[in-house]
Amino acid sequence: MAVPAPSTRIAIERLDAFFGVVHAVRGVSVDLTDRTVTAVIGPSGCGKSTFLRCLNRMHETVPGARVNGRVILDGHDIYGSGISPVAVRRQVGMVFQRPTPFPTMSIRDNVAAGLAVLDRRPNARQTDEIVERALRRAALWDEVRDRLKTSATGLSGGQQQRLCIARALATDPEVLLLDEPTASLDPISTQKVEELIYELRTDVTVIIVTHNMQQAARVSDRTAFFLGGELIEVAPTEKMFTSPSDERTESYITGRFG
Amino acid sequence: MTEFAARDAARAGVAASAPTPARPSRSWTEIGSEIGDRVYSWSIVGFASLVPILLLTIFVAVGVAAWPALRTFGFSFVTSSDWDPVAQHFGAAPAIYGTLVSSILALIIATPLALGVAVFLSEFAPPWLRQPVAFTVDLLAAVPSVIYGVWGMYVLVPVLRTHVMPFLRDTLHLGVLPLFSGVAYGPSMFAAGLILAIMCLPYISAVTREVLAAVPRSQREAALALGATRWEVIRDAVIPYARSGIIGGIMLGLGRALGETMAVTMLIGNRHEIAASLFAPGYTMASLIANEFSEATGDLHLSALMAVGFVLLLVTFLVNAAARWLVWQTARER
Amino acid sequence: MTTATKDWSGAPSGRQRAVAERTVRSIRRRRIRSGIMVGLMYAAAALAILPLILIIIHLLRLGGSAVNWAFFTQMPRPPGEHGGGMANAIVGTLILLGISSAVGLPVGIGAGLYLAEKRVTPLATTVRFLADVLNGLPSIVMGIFAWELLVKPVNHFSALAGGAALGAMMIPMVTRTTEEMVRLVPISLREAALALGYSRWRTSLSIVLRTALGGIVTGALVAMARIAGETAPLLFTALGNSFWSTSLKAPIAALPLQIFTYAITPYDDWVAQAWAGALVLVAIVFVISLAARIVTRRRFSAGD
Repeated sequence: MAVPAPSTRIAIERLDAFFGVVHAVRGVSVDLTDRTVTAVIGPSGCGKSTFLRCLNRMHETVPGARVNGRVILDGHDIYGSGISPVAVRRQVGMVFQRPTPFPTMSIRDNVAAGLAVLDRRPNARQTDEIVERALRRAALWDEVRDRLKTSATGLSGGQQQRLCIARALATDPEVLLLDEPTASLDPISTQKVEELIYELRTDVTVIIVTHNMQQAARVSDRTAFFLGGELIEVAPTEKMFTSPSDERTESYITGRFG
Repeated sequence: MTEFAARDAARAGVAASAPTPARPSRSWTEIGSEIGDRVYSWSIVGFASLVPILLLTIFVAVGVAAWPALRTFGFSFVTSSDWDPVAQHFGAAPAIYGTLVSSILALIIATPLALGVAVFLSEFAPPWLRQPVAFTVDLLAAVPSVIYGVWGMYVLVPVLRTHVMPFLRDTLHLGVLPLFSGVAYGPSMFAAGLILAIMCLPYISAVTREVLAAVPRSQREAALALGATRWEVIRDAVIPYARSGIIGGIMLGLGRALGETMAVTMLIGNRHEIAASLFAPGYTMASLIANEFSEATGDLHLSALMAVGFVLLLVTFLVNAAARWLVWQTARER
Repeated sequence: MTTATKDWSGAPSGRQRAVAERTVRSIRRRRIRSGIMVGLMYAAAALAILPLILIIIHLLRLGGSAVNWAFFTQMPRPPGEHGGGMANAIVGTLILLGISSAVGLPVGIGAGLYLAEKRVTPLATTVRFLADVLNGLPSIVMGIFAWELLVKPVNHFSALAGGAALGAMMIPMVTRTTEEMVRLVPISLREAALALGYSRWRTSLSIVLRTALGGIVTGALVAMARIAGETAPLLFTALGNSFWSTSLKAPIAALPLQIFTYAITPYDDWVAQAWAGALVLVAIVFVISLAARIVTRRRFSAGD
């Protein structure tokens, strides 16, 4: 096992993922840098979402799904023996394509939902503080501070998505996975979420899957291009979008931009 | 991009000086949740398994209770019509006959009505009428059996005896048929069949609506495009498509009618006799058990009643299984 | 070739006119037949709801006068004495409902969760099928079953046996409602909880089941409404009791049982009480059904 460089937060080694007989991610090896935003782009069905779901062991929750290879986070292979997927997911936050507030919970309880399953549960006052901090980080505090006790389903789609980001941030994860977080949002909400992502990288390692290349260019420091389940290229975003080294990347980027 | 870059530059100083909060050391194992998951999985498997176990236990329990009578009388239990507690001889043929006749009578009355209601609700009813009518028909299924019994005893039976039966027998001259001949008893096979028809109608219509809803729009549109009238669309495109599901629904109604107890007990007259006329009293399996259970004279009598229950259980199990199978087949084709 | 063209452009020949007329006539006949059939369906709908309307009218007319405060608070009186009530039967029915819920709800909800989570395993398919079949079995069979297991061995009738028989009836109903309601919870909610580090069991119970709870409670209420009116299984188990009893080990009175017992007597006072009881029972069942319907519809319109 190679010791990851200090700047590497997640080291992925020869990762394969399957749905039954479908080989969705093929032998991907890549180091993801600490406190940066890495965008994962590629055409539909290229395995980018599956790749993301392998990083917090969500892929295996689908019946028939299987993973090979290693994902090393803080010196631990999250697929190693004795590592519990539940523990991994508590350290790696995830936000999905559609907002998923828990409909039976208030806004406050939604943000605190992840705290409820921690080993050392904060008391009510600490929880309130954590909720406020998470909502501030998600740039939602000012909009909901007066109605923390009301149902989360009353929020707009964009607010719900930021609520989900706050919920993921509340447990203070080191890594945040975003699976097309703005796909179901309007342009203004999208902009708010993008600003938020950009600010988060000061203390979180963010990996965002997006089908929108402008978005990748706007929010990310590094970009990875997937095609047919394989990682074709990973490079600083600016280089990726100006002078990609692989011609498949170039044709995808120019095709989509053109 | 430029907008972000500008802000980034402005913020760089602040971000660099603010130390990232130290994260507490994390645990990588979580035994509790694994044990919890295992306990949970086994619990729901256990609860689910209780359903087949319950059914099996019902068969065993009723079978054990029925065994002495079945052993004593063998196959003649279902063919003999001699039910004599004094002589300790029991044959359930009249009850089996009564169950079949009353249920078939119920289906003959209920099926056209139920299909009519179902087709009306799924194809013709104006939206404002659909919900109230559907709800009212559903409520018919919610009325407890004993209520149908009380209503039948005090309202339906007198009307049948004084008006309907004489009308059918004399005015319509149906009395020439054995089915409608003889003295117009109030409590009778006819009364039981009628109340059973009301009771199983909502079940048939509910299942029929369900399978009609599963008929794809394209079936109807294709027929309409060919110039079919509204009725022809139903007859030629919708009904054939849903046929096996509808038959399943009718069989579910049959299952209800076969085992219905209280209302029938109160209306059928409870007499051990195979009478040709529908106007004469009879017995059904369920009403026989309910009526004689409390006054059973001795163990063999009791066991004979349980044996009737076992026959009823067997028949309704088969009818329900076949019905469900048919309905599932139709729903799966969706 | 030329003649054909001339025929088409000119006046229709006699044969063509005959065909056209026949077509028009047959279309008219088909239209009329269609109209008749549609009319018959309206008639079928009217005829189908007629019994319910008649029953409600008779219940109100014959039972309405005897439903008063005394009916709910007093004990039955011997025949010949006017008045009295069914307090013991109402309490008995509540106790029986309590026991049957204690039996039917946990098992039904657990089995329903299994069906919703493991949709296609052989056990799931079997359980789903058998639950539907069980749902169609006559209630009197449940009575015999509970009698054989819980009454015969101890030689006395009991509330417990009655509750068990009714609880066994509840299991398949609650199982299927729970399955349906849990399936309505979007899979994305389950994923969101898992991604937060919830274990499977906590996801299922505190997120999925909690989200589906409103629907499950509604379904459970409908099931309780249905078994509250069951009489046949109680003939073999709870038996009925004309005195005040809340003991689980003794025979207990129940509203539908009391209605039956009173209705088949020759005493006018008791028959009047039976009508009153029938009205109360139907009112309870209808109110629950109506409430469940309103709640369900609101849920679905809000969810969309």
